[in-house]
Amino acid sequence: MKALEKFENIRQQTIKNLELRLGGKEYEGKRHVLICQGTGCLSADAEKIEAAFAEELRNHNLTDKVDIVRTGCFGYCQVGPIVIIYPEGSFYSRIELKDIPAITQGHLVDGAPVKEFLLPESIEADGTIDDFQHVPFYKIQKRIALRLCGLVNPENITEYIAFDGYKALGKAIFEMKQEDVIKEIKDSGLRGRGGGGFSTGMKWEFGYKSQSDQKYVVCNADEGDPGAFMDRSILEGDPHSIIEAMAIAGYAIGANKGFVYVRAEYPIAVNRLQLAINQAKDFGALGNNIFESDFNFDLEIRLGAGAFVCGEETALLNSIEGKRGMPNPRPPFPAVKGLWGKPTIINNVETFANIPQIILNGASFLTAIGTEKSKGTKVFALGGKIENAGLIEVPMGTTIREIIFEIGGGIPNGKKFKAVQIGGPSGGCLTETQLDTPIDYDSLLELGAMMGSGGLVVIDEDNCMVDIARFFLDFTVDESCGKCPPCRVGTKRMLETLVRITEGKGEMDDLDRLYELAQNIKASSLCGLGQTAPNPVLSTMRYFREEYEAHVKDKKCPAGTCVELLEFFIDETCKGCTKCKKACPVDAIMGDVKTLHVIDTEKCIKCGACIPVCPFKSIKKG
Amino acid sequence: MSVKKEVVTPERLKRLEACLAVNKEKKGGLMPVLNESQKIFGCIPAEVQKIIAKELNIPIAEIYGVITFYHQFSIEPKGDYIISVCMGTACYVKDAQKLVDEVTTELGIKSGETTADYKFTLMATRCVGACGLAPVVLVNEDVYGRLTVKGGEMKEIIAKY
Repeated sequence: MKALEKFENIRQQTIKNLELRLGGKEYEGKRHVLICQGTGCLSADAEKIEAAFAEELRNHNLTDKVDIVRTGCFGYCQVGPIVIIYPEGSFYSRIELKDIPAITQGHLVDGAPVKEFLLPESIEADGTIDDFQHVPFYKIQKRIALRLCGLVNPENITEYIAFDGYKALGKAIFEMKQEDVIKEIKDSGLRGRGGGGFSTGMKWEFGYKSQSDQKYVVCNADEGDPGAFMDRSILEGDPHSIIEAMAIAGYAIGANKGFVYVRAEYPIAVNRLQLAINQAKDFGALGNNIFESDFNFDLEIRLGAGAFVCGEETALLNSIEGKRGMPNPRPPFPAVKGLWGKPTIINNVETFANIPQIILNGASFLTAIGTEKSKGTKVFALGGKIENAGLIEVPMGTTIREIIFEIGGGIPNGKKFKAVQIGGPSGGCLTETQLDTPIDYDSLLELGAMMGSGGLVVIDEDNCMVDIARFFLDFTVDESCGKCPPCRVGTKRMLETLVRITEGKGEMDDLDRLYELAQNIKASSLCGLGQTAPNPVLSTMRYFREEYEAHVKDKKCPAGTCVELLEFFIDETCKGCTKCKKACPVDAIMGDVKTLHVIDTEKCIKCGACIPVCPFKSIKKG
Repeated sequence: MSVKKEVVTPERLKRLEACLAVNKEKKGGLMPVLNESQKIFGCIPAEVQKIIAKELNIPIAEIYGVITFYHQFSIEPKGDYIISVCMGTACYVKDAQKLVDEVTTELGIKSGETTADYKFTLMATRCVGACGLAPVVLVNEDVYGRLTVKGGEMKEIIAKY
C-alpha cells in the first residue's frame, strides 16, 4: 500500500495550489492563467497567446505569483481563443495578442478583471462579474466525462492525481474483487456512449466470463462521425482518465494489455495520450505491478488511417491486426472472440471517461442523474447554424430546446430553426415539434434518430433536407467497405436516386423505391454502418416529405440549395445600379443604368456572384 | 509537362529501416509501418511496398490491399501543400462546397487531384473536429477557420504558399 500513500502525498501537496480553480479559494495570493489548448483554440493562435502571457509575466516580475496552465478544451469553442483566470474564474473570450498587456496590467498586476475583454454574458446588468460557470452556456451543464477538461494541465500527471486521479484504480485493485467492479458498473446503468448504447457492465461481464490465457481491452477513439469531437477533446484535455479507466477494465475482466485506436487525424490527442501513458508508467500506475500489486496492465496506441468503418468494433479489431478494416459478422462478439481470436472488450472514449467516477463514488453517483433507462450524462458537439458552437455535457433527459436555445443561444442571423441532425450519418433529424422531447437512447430511437456519438448539427431554413440526406449518403457510399452487397450496392443506388431528385429528374415512384430500398439495406447489411446508413434518408422523408415532393412534382427546391432547380431573377426593387451586371461572369444580366435589370435564365450559370454585390437585395432565387 | 517527384531517397530509406526494426516483432505491426511510411515518403510506392513485404514477411498483394483500403495512404505522390477543405456536416451546412469549387477554379484541380508541378493537392476531407470554427480549411498543418465563403478567400490563402 506504500505506492498508494505516495499518490496520496502527491495529491495533498498539489491540491493546495489547485483548489483556487474550484471556486474562489485564495492560496498565497496566487493566480492561475488557464489557456485552452484544444484543437479549436490552438488553430486560433493559443500558442502565441501563451508565449505573450509568459513574456508579460517576466516583464512584471510575476512569474512566481502567476502560473500559466495549458489545458484541454473548455467547450465554448465559438468564443475562442479562451483564457480563464482563477481564483476569480474570469472568462476572457476571443483574445487577441494585442489584448494581453492590458489584461496582465489590469487583472494580474492591479487585481481587477478587465471587463472589456471578458465574455459579455459574464457581466451582469449592474456591472458585477460572474464566475463563468453561471453564464447560459455552462449553467445547465453537468460535467462527468468532461470533468477535468479545461481544469487541469493534461500534460502533468500530478494535476490529475490532485483531483482524485488514479484513486479509483487503487480502490479497484486493493478493495474490490473483479466481480465487484463489474457489478458496480452494471448497477450504474452506464451504456455505451459511442452510439449503440449497450450496457457497459454486461459487456465487461461477458469478457470476464470468457476463459482465455490472454484478453484485451480496447478503447475506440476512431471518432469519425462528421460533427462530433468529444472523444478528441477528452483525449486532449484529460487523457489520464482514459488510461485509468482502461486499467480498471483490464483488472475487471482479467486483461493485461490494452490498445487505444485513435484517428491519425488527431495528432494533438495522440501526442498528449502518449505523454500521459509514459507518465503513468513512470509513476507506477501503468505497466508491471501497478501500485506494487501483482496486477499488470500495459497500454499501446494504434493509429487509424482514415476509414470511417473502423469505428465499427470488429472492423477496428481487424485494423489493429494490420488488415483491411472490414467488419466480421457477429456473433461471435469480441468479448468472446476478438483481437487475434482472444476475448476483447471495446469501449468508446466517453464511456471510459465515466468509469473512474463510478468506481470512486459508487453506482448511485450515476443512477441519480438521467432518465429511467439512460443514466448519467451525454456529451454533445454543437455545430452548424448555431450561435454557440462547442462541446457540452448535459444530463440524459435534457430537451433539445434547452440544448439549442439555452446553451446554444439559438440560430444566428435571425434565421428560422428547421431541424437538428443528431447522430451523424447513422442518425436522423428532429424537427420543431420534437424540441421538447427529453432525449435519451430510447426516445431518440422512437423518433427515428439515434444518439450516435452525439454530434448535433443545427439546420436552418436555408438548408435543403433532400440535399442533407444526399450529403450523408455520399459519405456512406464513400465509406462503405464493400464487403456486403446491401451496403455496397444499395447505398449507391439510393444515392443515385437522391441525386436525380436534387437535379429535378425525380419521379414520385422514386420516393417509394427509396423507402423500400432503405428497409432492405437496414435489414440485411452486415454491420452498423450499413444498417444505419438509410436513417438520414428515412428520417428526412418522414418529417420533410413535402420538401421531397416539391423537388419531384414542382421541380423546385424550397430552401434554394439545389442549384439545378433554381432560377435567379431580379425583382422590382432593383434601382439599376449595374453592379450585378459587372459581377456576372457570363454576361447574363441585361439592363441600362437606372432601369430594371433582367437575368437571361438561358445564359445564367447560377453561380450566385451577383447576389452579394447587390446593395438593394433585389436578386432572388427560387 | 508534369515533373516526376523524387520520392525514394537514401535518407528516407534509412528512416524506413529504423521504423521496420521497431515494428518487426510487433503483433499487427503493418499499420504502424504504413502510417510511418506515408509520413516519410508522402506516399507508399511499389518500391517501398516491396521492402515492407520482405521485412514483415507479408505478401505484397495483402499490403497493396491494405494501402488502398485506407484514405490516408496513397501510392502516388501528393503535392507539397495539401489543401484540405473540411466536408464534415457542420462545415457542409456552412457552404464548404463553395470553397472546394473556388480552389478548383483557381488551380484547375478537382478534389483528390494534384497540380502538375506537385505544389498543391486538393482534398475534400472528413470532419477535422474543429466544428466551432466551421467552415474550416487546412493547408498542411495551418488551419483557416470561420471563413465567410464570400469568394476570394481561397485565392488569398493559396497566394500565401
